[in-house]
Amino acid sequence: MNIVVCVKQTFDTEAKIVFDSQGRIDPNGVNLIVNPYDEFALEEGIRLKEKFGGTVTAVSMGGARAQEALRTALAMGADKALLVSDPALNDADEWVSTQALAQAISKIPYDIILAGRVAIDDGSSQVCVRLAEELHLPSVSTVVKFSVEGNKATAVREIDGGTETLEIELPVVLTAQKGINGNEPRYPSVAGIMKAKKKELKTMTLADLGLAALEPKMKISKYDLPTPRQAGKKVPGEPAAAAQELVKLLHEEAKVL
Amino acid sequence: MPKGIWIFVEQRDGQIRKSSFELLSEGRKLADQTGEPLVGVILGEGVESLVKVVAAQGADKVILVEDEKLKNYSTGAYTSALNQVIRKGEPQAFLMGNSAAGRDLAPRLAQRLGVGLASDCTGIEHDPEKFLVFKRPIYAGKAFAYTGTTVRPVVATIRPNTFAISSPDESRQVEVERETVTVDPADLKAIVKEMALATSKRPELVEADIIVSGGRGMKGPENFAILEQLADVIGAAVGASRAAVDSGWREQKFQVGQTGKTVSPTLYIACGISGAIQHLAGMGSSKFIVAINKDPEANIFNVASYGIVGDLFEVVPLLTEEFKKLVSA
Ligand SMILES: Cc1cc2nc3c(=O)[nH]c(=O)nc-3n(C[C@H](O)[C@H](O)[C@H](O)COP(=O)(O)OP(=O)(O)OC[C@H]3O[C@@H](n4cnc5c(N)ncnc54)[C@H](O)[C@@H]3O)c2cc1C
Ligand SMILES: Nc1ncnc2c1ncn2[C@@H]1O[C@H](COP(=O)(O)O)[C@@H](O)[C@H]1O
Repeated sequence: MNIVVCVKQTFDTEAKIVFDSQGRIDPNGVNLIVNPYDEFALEEGIRLKEKFGGTVTAVSMGGARAQEALRTALAMGADKALLVSDPALNDADEWVSTQALAQAISKIPYDIILAGRVAIDDGSSQVCVRLAEELHLPSVSTVVKFSVEGNKATAVREIDGGTETLEIELPVVLTAQKGINGNEPRYPSVAGIMKAKKKELKTMTLADLGLAALEPKMKISKYDLPTPRQAGKKVPGEPAAAAQELVKLLHEEAKVL
Repeated sequence: MPKGIWIFVEQRDGQIRKSSFELLSEGRKLADQTGEPLVGVILGEGVESLVKVVAAQGADKVILVEDEKLKNYSTGAYTSALNQVIRKGEPQAFLMGNSAAGRDLAPRLAQRLGVGLASDCTGIEHDPEKFLVFKRPIYAGKAFAYTGTTVRPVVATIRPNTFAISSPDESRQVEVERETVTVDPADLKAIVKEMALATSKRPELVEADIIVSGGRGMKGPENFAILEQLADVIGAAVGASRAAVDSGWREQKFQVGQTGKTVSPTLYIACGISGAIQHLAGMGSSKFIVAINKDPEANIFNVASYGIVGDLFEVVPLLTEEFKKLVSA
C-alpha cells in the first residue's frame, strides 16, 4: 500500500509572535515543529504500512528548514520524503499550496493520502480537502477511526454533536483528528534517527514540477496582534461569600446572566 | 456583474443551525452597507418550511434546492449542488458557518470554483476595492490576518458566536427561486453509512453561550458531575483541558485548546485549569473568563475577568446554589 502523508512545519505551540520591519510575522529564532495533527497522520500512515506493507512518502512544502520536519517524519518511519521549495511560494495561499502539492503528489503512487485536520499556524483547514478536489479523490475530514479492507475503507469522522461513518473506495484523502485510532505519535528512536539520515529526501522547485509561478487567490493586507487581556478582579472572601459576590458581578456588572 | 451576498443556510433534520442565524443577521447589515441583495441558500429535502424562517432573518431572496441526495449533508453532493447554483447565480460572496460541515465543504467548493477561501473568520469589513475583508485569527489567536480578494466569489467560513442574532421580522417578503441540480456520480464516492448523534440536552460546545470547563484539578472523571450540575443550572456546555482528556476523564471531543476545539462563548468558567498557552489558544476570545483555582499564581488569573482563589470542590457547589437562586428569582 502506498501512502503519502502531508507534513507541514509550523511554529512551536509556545512561540511568541513577533513582526519584522515589514509588518510580517518573523520566523527568525522561532522553534519549529511538525504540525501536531500531521504527527497523528504520520503515525496512522506508518501503522498502515506496518500492517499492509508498501511505502510511506512524507511530502512538505516550505522553506529549507522544512527539511527538519521531513527528517523527523523519516525518523518516525516514513520511507522517503519530498520537499517542494521555491522562493516563488513565499506568499502562497491555500490555493497555491494545493497546486504545488497536488502536482508533486501526482508523480507519486498513492492509495491513501493522509494529512492533518488543520495546520496550527494558519488555522486554515483547507489544503488537504482542496488537494482531494484537485486530484479528483474523495476525502473524509476529521477522521477519528479508520480501517482498510481490500480496496475499501471505513472511516469515522467527527461531526458537530456526534460522529458519522463513511464507506469509501481507495484512493482517498483523510485528515487526521488528534488521537486517530486511539494512537499517540511515536517518538523517533535513536536507531530511527540514524536510519533517517540515509533515506531519500528530495527537493523540487516549481520548475522541477513543471509549474510557473502561481498567483494567490487571497491576499493578506495586514497583520496585527490581539489586545492583551487584562487580569480582572479576584473576588475575595470566604468561599460562600465569594461565590455570592461572583454571581452578583456576573449578573450586574458583566450582565451575562 | 456578480450579485449578492449569499449565505449557506445549514440545516440538519430541518433545524437551521445557530451559526446560520448569526450569518444571516450579519449578512443583512453587510447587504445594507453594500447595496447588495442578501440571499439564503437552503439545501435539503422537504425543507420548504425553512424559507419563511430565512426570510424573517433578513434574506431578500431564498434559493431552495431540494433533492433526496441532499437530505443529509455529504461533501460530494453538497459541493456538486452548490457549485451549480453558484456558477449560475454568480454571487459576490458565499458565506457559511465554520461548523464541521462548513470546514469540510468550503475548501472543496472553493477549489472547484477556483477561488479563495477565508476560513474561521471572526470579523468582516466592507472594503471599497476588495468588497469584503476578513479578519482571521492565526497562530491559535496569537495574531490576526486581514485577507481579501478581487476574485469572485469570495468564500468564507465564520467562527460560531462571532455575530449576534437579530430578532426576526415575520413580515418580510422574500423571493423564492427553486433550483434543480444534478449530482455527479463522481461526487458520491464517499458514502455516509451512519450518523450517530450524542443525545445530550446540553448545548454543542462550539455553539454554547456559556461553557464550564474542568482540568487536572478535577482529580478524576467522577468529579465532573459537579461541573455538569452547575452547567445544567445555567444552560452551559461542559469542556475540558487536555490534561483532563489525556487522563481519560473526558472524551477528546470536549477538549478546548490548540489541539482541541476553539470556542468563543460569552462566558467561560475554568475550574482547576492552570491556563497554559495551548489552552488559552482555544478559549482566549471568550467575552468573559472566570477562573476557579487554588493557586493564586496560576496563569489563568492573568486572563480571567473574575477569579476565585479557592478549592473548586468547595466553590463550585456554592456557585451552583447561587446560580440557582439567580435563575429562580
Ligand atoms: C502541542 C501541544 C498541544 C496542546 N494542546 C492543548 C489543548 O488543546 N488544550 C489544552 O488544554 N492543553 C493543551 N496542551 C497542554 C497544555 O500545555 C497543558 O499541559 C494543559 O492545558 C494543562 O491542563 P490543566 O490546566 O488542566 O492542568 P495543570 O496545568 O496541571 O493545572 C491544574 C490546575 O488545577 C489547579 N487545582 C488543582 N486542584 C485544585 C482544586 N482542588 N481546586 C482548585 N484548583 C485546583 C492547580 O492549581 C492547577 O493550576 C498542549 C500541549 C502541547 C505541547
Ligand atoms: N505547506 C504544506 N506542506 C505540506 N502539507 C501541508 C502544507 N500546508 C498544509 N498541509 C497539509 O494540510 C493540512 C491542513 O493545513 P491547512 O489547510 O493549512 O490548515 C496540514 O495539516 C498538512 O497536512
